[in-house]
Amino acid sequence: MAEKGKGGLESEFRRKLLMGMATIPALALMPKFAYGAGPATAEVNTTGLAVTDTEVTVGILHSVTGTMAISETGSVQAEKLAIEQINAAGGVLGRKIKFIQEDGASDWPTFAEKARKLLVNDKCASVMGCWTSASRKAVLPVFEQYNGMLYYPTFYEGLEESKNVIYTGQEATQQIIAGLDWVTKEKGAKTFYLLGSDYIWPRTSNKIARKHIENFMEGTSVVGEEYFPLGHTQFNSVINKIKLRKPDVIYAIIVGGSNVAFYKQLKAAGVDLSKQTLLTISVTEDEILGIGGENIAGAYACMKYFQSLDNPNNKEFVAAFKKMWGDNIVIGDVTQAAYLGPFLWKLAVEKAGSFDIDKIAAASPGIEFTGAPEGYVKVHENHHLWSKTRVGMARTDGQYDVIYETADLVEPNPFPEGYQ
Amino acid sequence: MFSDYSMAELGSIFLMQGFAGLILFSVFLLMALGLAIIFGQMGVINMAHGEFMILGAYVTYFTSQFFLNHLPDLFGIYFFIAMVLAFLASGALGLLVEWGMIRYLYKRPLDTLLATWGLSLILQQLYRSFFGAREVGVELPQWMMGSIPVTDMVEVQINGLFVMGLTLAITIAVALLMYRSKWGKQVRAVVQNRTMAGAVGINTDKIDRYTFALGCGIAGVAGSAFTMIGSTGPTAGQLYIVDTFLVVVFGGAGSLLGTIASAFTISQAQSTMEFFLSGSMAKVLTLLTVVGILMLRPQGLFTLKVRH
Repeated sequence: MAEKGKGGLESEFRRKLLMGMATIPALALMPKFAYGAGPATAEVNTTGLAVTDTEVTVGILHSVTGTMAISETGSVQAEKLAIEQINAAGGVLGRKIKFIQEDGASDWPTFAEKARKLLVNDKCASVMGCWTSASRKAVLPVFEQYNGMLYYPTFYEGLEESKNVIYTGQEATQQIIAGLDWVTKEKGAKTFYLLGSDYIWPRTSNKIARKHIENFMEGTSVVGEEYFPLGHTQFNSVINKIKLRKPDVIYAIIVGGSNVAFYKQLKAAGVDLSKQTLLTISVTEDEILGIGGENIAGAYACMKYFQSLDNPNNKEFVAAFKKMWGDNIVIGDVTQAAYLGPFLWKLAVEKAGSFDIDKIAAASPGIEFTGAPEGYVKVHENHHLWSKTRVGMARTDGQYDVIYETADLVEPNPFPEGYQ
Repeated sequence: MFSDYSMAELGSIFLMQGFAGLILFSVFLLMALGLAIIFGQMGVINMAHGEFMILGAYVTYFTSQFFLNHLPDLFGIYFFIAMVLAFLASGALGLLVEWGMIRYLYKRPLDTLLATWGLSLILQQLYRSFFGAREVGVELPQWMMGSIPVTDMVEVQINGLFVMGLTLAITIAVALLMYRSKWGKQVRAVVQNRTMAGAVGINTDKIDRYTFALGCGIAGVAGSAFTMIGSTGPTAGQLYIVDTFLVVVFGGAGSLLGTIASAFTISQAQSTMEFFLSGSMAKVLTLLTVVGILMLRPQGLFTLKVRH
């Protein structure tokens, strides 16, 4: 609530004068362009989104409190960096991006509520957000009902496609198949032991992995498959079982705090990851902070992005990220995918020449982004990204050495035939 | 499932599995000791128990950082100092919480449930705001990592041995304190009959405060020890709270022996079933067994006869 003017020092004239004077130093900082030079608002916004002549509002919807804050913090940071960089380069259609951040608080109904607020009250032109599949499933009906556009950053189990979502992370087959092919070819792996936390993503992913191992590769088999409740902290029994079965590869999709317990106990039990091949799709540089590099060194992770990727885009990205958020920060796969969201939206808006959701949705397929830290990416008809699959080996300092990448971009296939 | 393996392999696996069960037993007992005092002796349903543990874990983390940066030569022994500091920090927080909140709620046990649950949320957010949302990795001295190979197949985890030793020491200390010291006698007197205890000159308020602080302090030590096997993050305490209550309730509130027996039963059941079934199923069956036994014996495995 604004305070009423009290006269004298706070008179309206004085305030206006001060406001006027305040812009003088700002003039010196004005970049070579000016916001508001784009096409007329009436043309580019026919559905009543929060677009003015000089500004466009987008939403950021992640958990900054609750259990998931640990994972989602990186995504928020990446999205803010991307928005800042886009603004510094002139904004979108001559308009500066303004963001409204809401907290999903690790609670799925809250996510739906906040999504409704961002779309209905704030009329956000797009929303970057969600992390877990549960939160995405909770907001999806809202985005479809109010015709919003969500940029979703996390690698996930697939089996979904919506006009109102752009999936900037990998769906399951993009993360799994190339990794299994690599480990079979390079390490001569024949037997696999599948592990996972007990919820939809690890179960669906392991299902795809099992189908691939049993039906699509020669002479390979699964010798064990097991799930643990989320937050499970005791893995000694399963480690004994693994020692007994001696699989060539431990395929681990364990998430959250359980991860830390699993790798610490694996090391304590004398399983040497330089001799026992372990392939994971759930441990990024972010998770290693908690696990400790010395506990996981030697393990292989299958991702599309590693902080250590050696290309000019990534070097710039890592430097800018550290400049904005501090030197000690690490960047994981999902953080990079979150960074793509605002850029892909900007490209879609520019291609469509409009902020209208329907036009963006139609314009998105085929969009190419050459500035991505992971390298060139392209949006598929199914609103997922074409991207490379990479395998990294964990180092003791918590980073990965990239040791393999697919020659071509891998096509996203959220409804893989033969894998259901 | 065993036909493919030789006797030697099976023998060593069962040996290691037995050892895994003992480690789990130590972990459960260590988790539950603090709560056995707070819930068992005082009847306070402390939902924030996990957060007291995590405070201990954070203290351990900061101690390790301090030693790494300032006293690298002594890094090998930092863990012992960290455990003492964890005890003091969690104990001090316990004193504060008892003084500011719990003492108003002794006659309203269900309200303590809500109040301490609220406290756990507040503490989680405080950890998140001050220590960051991300998990931290606690670095261990070299001698505490890895395992001692006994034969080709049998390997003994050093951190497992450490937790077992620590649990044994703390259990003995608590037993002596509760059953052999004057203070313990006073605590038990207050538990059995608060009014009479007051009448014979025991300062019941003071006893309450220090009993609560002791329980929290032990939680802190447990949290410190669990940095070796689990994660340290703002919400990691939640991982332990269910198992902790399970052990204490199953053992019978108010009985130290009951807590030990219950930790042993649950850990052996779980670790054996985990070996034969998958992790989630083992947990389900363990819980079902506990529920079944509690239906037959609602008071838990062991109980003190208390006159109310």
